[in-house]
Amino acid sequence: MRKTGPARIVRPRDLSEAVRLVAEGGRPLAGGTDLFVRLRREVEDPPFLVYLGELPELQGIELREDGAVVGAAVTHAKLLRSEVAERLPILRLALSTIGAPAIREMGTLAGNVANASPAGDGLIPLYLLEARVLLAGPQGERELPVEEFVLGPGKTALKEGEIIRSLFLPFPEGEPRSYFRKVGRRRALLIAVASLGGLVWLQDGVVEQARLALGSVAPTVLRPREVEQELVGKPLDPQVLAPLAEKLSQLVQPITDLRASASYRREVAGKLLLDLAVSLAG
Amino acid sequence: MSINFRLNGREVEVDVPPGRRLLNLLREDLGLTGTKEGCGEGECGACTVLVDGRPRLACLTAAIQVEGKEVLTVEGLSAGGKLHPMQEALIKAAGVQCGFCTPGFVMAAYALLSENPHPTRQEVREFLSGNLCRCTGYEGIVEAVLLAAKYLRGDPSRVTPDGKTP
Repeated sequence: MRKTGPARIVRPRDLSEAVRLVAEGGRPLAGGTDLFVRLRREVEDPPFLVYLGELPELQGIELREDGAVVGAAVTHAKLLRSEVAERLPILRLALSTIGAPAIREMGTLAGNVANASPAGDGLIPLYLLEARVLLAGPQGERELPVEEFVLGPGKTALKEGEIIRSLFLPFPEGEPRSYFRKVGRRRALLIAVASLGGLVWLQDGVVEQARLALGSVAPTVLRPREVEQELVGKPLDPQVLAPLAEKLSQLVQPITDLRASASYRREVAGKLLLDLAVSLAG
Repeated sequence: MSINFRLNGREVEVDVPPGRRLLNLLREDLGLTGTKEGCGEGECGACTVLVDGRPRLACLTAAIQVEGKEVLTVEGLSAGGKLHPMQEALIKAAGVQCGFCTPGFVMAAYALLSENPHPTRQEVREFLSGNLCRCTGYEGIVEAVLLAAKYLRGDPSRVTPDGKTP
């Protein structure tokens, strides 16, 4: 895979062998849609890769009363075809914008989590649903909320030898409306300039509860809790929400990069809230 | 390492490092140069092949990831020397100019038509959104997929379940 020659890849027989190999310094490989690009660009050069993509323990989607357990090797496409995507419209909206069909057949949602990109489209629904990340490591298993798992761009709470085993996606109470939009120069194969996802519970035309998650405007996906709180009791009217959109623009901490300037990202973050209001009001 | 998989309907066994790119394995080790390398980073779709019936990018796939699987490349569609209806449609609708992206488009379109025999224009555009073409402006390609869908619906006997023209 590298310019210098193929990467060394080992295929563990089971989860415990996988954990042992990762503890020895192996880099976990699932879909490869990001990792192989990084190896090719020589951004990193791990001694060997541990192919987790077909480990039986990491497959499968289990529907429970209170949510869905998604194995770490489950691809975006498989999730989109599953009943979970029907139960969780926010997941469907976000995952269907990832890359393009072939990328969605390869990449995994847990891989999106492990990459910890502030632009990770798959992270937005996980932040909104307050998903939990189940880890397996040499010391056994532990579970973290996704917000505590992701620490910064490319940084996670994974300890040596730990791998993501599964994700737990709680089903939200009631019937929230779902919103997801990412802004960029084209629709496919796009890394967002800014994105906003929302779950909004409405009662008689006013917001009863709201969860928002922004991508690409801070070192991690951002839950603007102050703005969420202030939405409560307000109608989804862009005029009423204009001051809140302004507040959201001030709250984000974007950077300038080759895709957009920080000030443009600020502007877009606020406008996305108004777009959410218009889209969900109908 | 010895890797076994099915390629265009035939069992193959190759002795390659498990991290060898499927793209190199196909093109260099097995001589199937229909699959093209465009960007090598998953941005252009020129290396699209089908693995167990689903589209995948051969540039971001390691040999070990197709172990025990069924790989279909553009060569597998015209086995027996007869073009697949998708390929005929591309000629008919003038969906080919320089041709470099064409095998990737053929495979992506084939994947779409296998799961959705009645795609709308919008569905075609969305499904092919990961494939770049710098010549045609896409109109001819989209027309060709819609035409191929008609060919395939009109005469099912032309295509066997594994996609080969008899």
